[in-house]
Amino acid sequence: MTRLTAAFAGTRAEGRAALVTFVTAGDPTPAATNAVLDALVEGGADVIELGMPFTDPMADGPAIQAANLRSLGAGTRTADVLAIVRAFRAKHPDVPLVLMGYANTMTRPDPARFAAMADEAGADGIICVDIPPEEADTLAPFAAHGLDVIRLATPTTDARRLPAVLNGASGFVYYVSVAGITGLQQAAQASIDTAVAQLKAATDLPIVVGFGVRTPEQAAAIGRVADGVVVGSAIVDLVGQHGAAAPEPVRTYILSLSAALAAAKEVA
Amino acid sequence: MNVTNTLRAQPDDRGHFGQFGGRFVAETLMPLVLDLEREYRAAQADPAFQAQFDDLLEHYVGRPSPLYYAERLTDALRESAPEGMGAEIWFKRDELNHTGAHKINNCIGQILLAMRMGKTRIIAETGAGQHGVATATVCARFGLPCVIYMGATDVARQQPNVFRMKLLGAEVVPVTSGAATLKDAMNEGLRDWVANVHDTFYIIGTAAGPHPYPELVRDFQSVIGKEARAQMLARTGKLPDLLVAAIGGGSNAIGLFHPFLDDADVAMLGVEAAGEGLDKRHAASLAGGEPGILHGNRTYLLQDGDGQITEAHSISAGLDYPGIGPEHAWLRDIGRVEYTSVTDTEALDAFQLLCRTEGIIPALEPSHAIAAVAKAARDMPRNKVILANLCGRGDKDIFTVADALGFEL
Repeated sequence: MTRLTAAFAGTRAEGRAALVTFVTAGDPTPAATNAVLDALVEGGADVIELGMPFTDPMADGPAIQAANLRSLGAGTRTADVLAIVRAFRAKHPDVPLVLMGYANTMTRPDPARFAAMADEAGADGIICVDIPPEEADTLAPFAAHGLDVIRLATPTTDARRLPAVLNGASGFVYYVSVAGITGLQQAAQASIDTAVAQLKAATDLPIVVGFGVRTPEQAAAIGRVADGVVVGSAIVDLVGQHGAAAPEPVRTYILSLSAALAAAKEVA
Repeated sequence: MNVTNTLRAQPDDRGHFGQFGGRFVAETLMPLVLDLEREYRAAQADPAFQAQFDDLLEHYVGRPSPLYYAERLTDALRESAPEGMGAEIWFKRDELNHTGAHKINNCIGQILLAMRMGKTRIIAETGAGQHGVATATVCARFGLPCVIYMGATDVARQQPNVFRMKLLGAEVVPVTSGAATLKDAMNEGLRDWVANVHDTFYIIGTAAGPHPYPELVRDFQSVIGKEARAQMLARTGKLPDLLVAAIGGGSNAIGLFHPFLDDADVAMLGVEAAGEGLDKRHAASLAGGEPGILHGNRTYLLQDGDGQITEAHSISAGLDYPGIGPEHAWLRDIGRVEYTSVTDTEALDAFQLLCRTEGIIPALEPSHAIAAVAKAARDMPRNKVILANLCGRGDKDIFTVADALGFEL
């Protein structure tokens, strides 16, 4: 059983949704990132999405764009990102971590060598924003290394297209609840309920919902229908605001989210 | 499958030119990109679409553009050429188009597609502002709202075009991220698009981006090469020996080259911007880049070992982009087209040379092509013919050129 499968089995057994948390690697510096990741785990995060900084994050809103700039400005290289993964894996052997980012950094020097390096460092999978199913052969080496290739479904993914999105998906399905960039608007809960029901009818993979989730109340509402909730920009904003002192406020914030998800199970 | 021996049948059905091209976009955009491909295929098969395109090109854009023998430039270059050398230089005068560049050809085609798809809002990115002006122009012509993303650096160095876009009713949004040039404007255009897919059409300005953009931009720009081929045959009774065009993303070059790709005796030269020199800051992604994935396609990119995109530099805002259209990447790899590069200084010299010998003020983009033409002509016999694409006029660049030459305006 992979770490991702085990993590979702665990939260499902507890009758609650998983808390999936995103931060950008190297933000504010490569040396300061692992303390932020520790705070996520201490606050109750079940899955870590570690963003690979990129010069051209065209699917991201202002918060994560700024995090990418802070990270690259601090000199973060791919080797630093992998070192962060390695240190995280040593300290948290059971917490799944997936790398999230853009094709050009995930295919250097080539997909096979990057997949081997990510696997060796202890990553569990990848979320590549700009490789749709039509170009999925580019990512074949990741699956060959046993890494989960997480697919994204969106409000524009219609029923005709959904099978193509799910074909080859593993780990979980990331439902991008807003047609737009990260961190700006929140989708209407009713539209999320409908989309999650449709996805669940089409796959047994856990359905995780993200984009625009900031408050414990939002997280709880989504947690009542989905298998996981992603929070990203709100955490990244705290890192931007507090820099190297971010771990404490991040832990406090994550605790509020994980408590809300735990409480939501009784209503469900 | 009936495989014919042609170089003009690319890309394949997944939008790949060899290992290049493709559809590397976020899932949110993917259904729209597939819709666009379906709609483009339907338009290609619809004589009414082609008729409307042709009519607008003739009566609104002013096509066909002239084919012009540059006699005094030819003579000037022969003076410094070895005995018997100095090829004839001809220009395809796409700078005479409405709006002053080749960009309008593509914008006419794309806005017709947008309207077929029922889209009611247009967005675009622009570097030098020529594509922005062309997009704002067709939006005014068809009464659609228009938002143009333009790097803040380019807004500062292309003020005349910014004002033109505003006069035409477009909203110009300065983009401050990154180096605040064309690549950053494209990122912001993609962010707008992904948030407004339901009603918005993105008019991409060059032969790049996710499939089918490289193909359809090439097809709309191929009017340049189709006209030039017929005009050259009518005027000289033969095909040119060498085609030359400047390349940023590469739409004017592919528009000229594509109709000639199967003419084995026609050589082709694409000219990238070498900026301050290939060992310094430049925008020559074939000469100094490696294959990677950006803005919807796999192509040659200026990047570091981690895949971080490095900033391009050129005196020409229209060439200041760290990538290149995927069909050029493929044509370079199969050896059908040769690619070279020209520095800022060489382009400025060529700019002035054309002003003084022909009474034509070229844009800085084709000034790169003219510099390469000047080098090539001296090494070719007098009975050979070079055809270069004069893809834009230089009115927009007079402030940049004055600054570079030390004139106070």
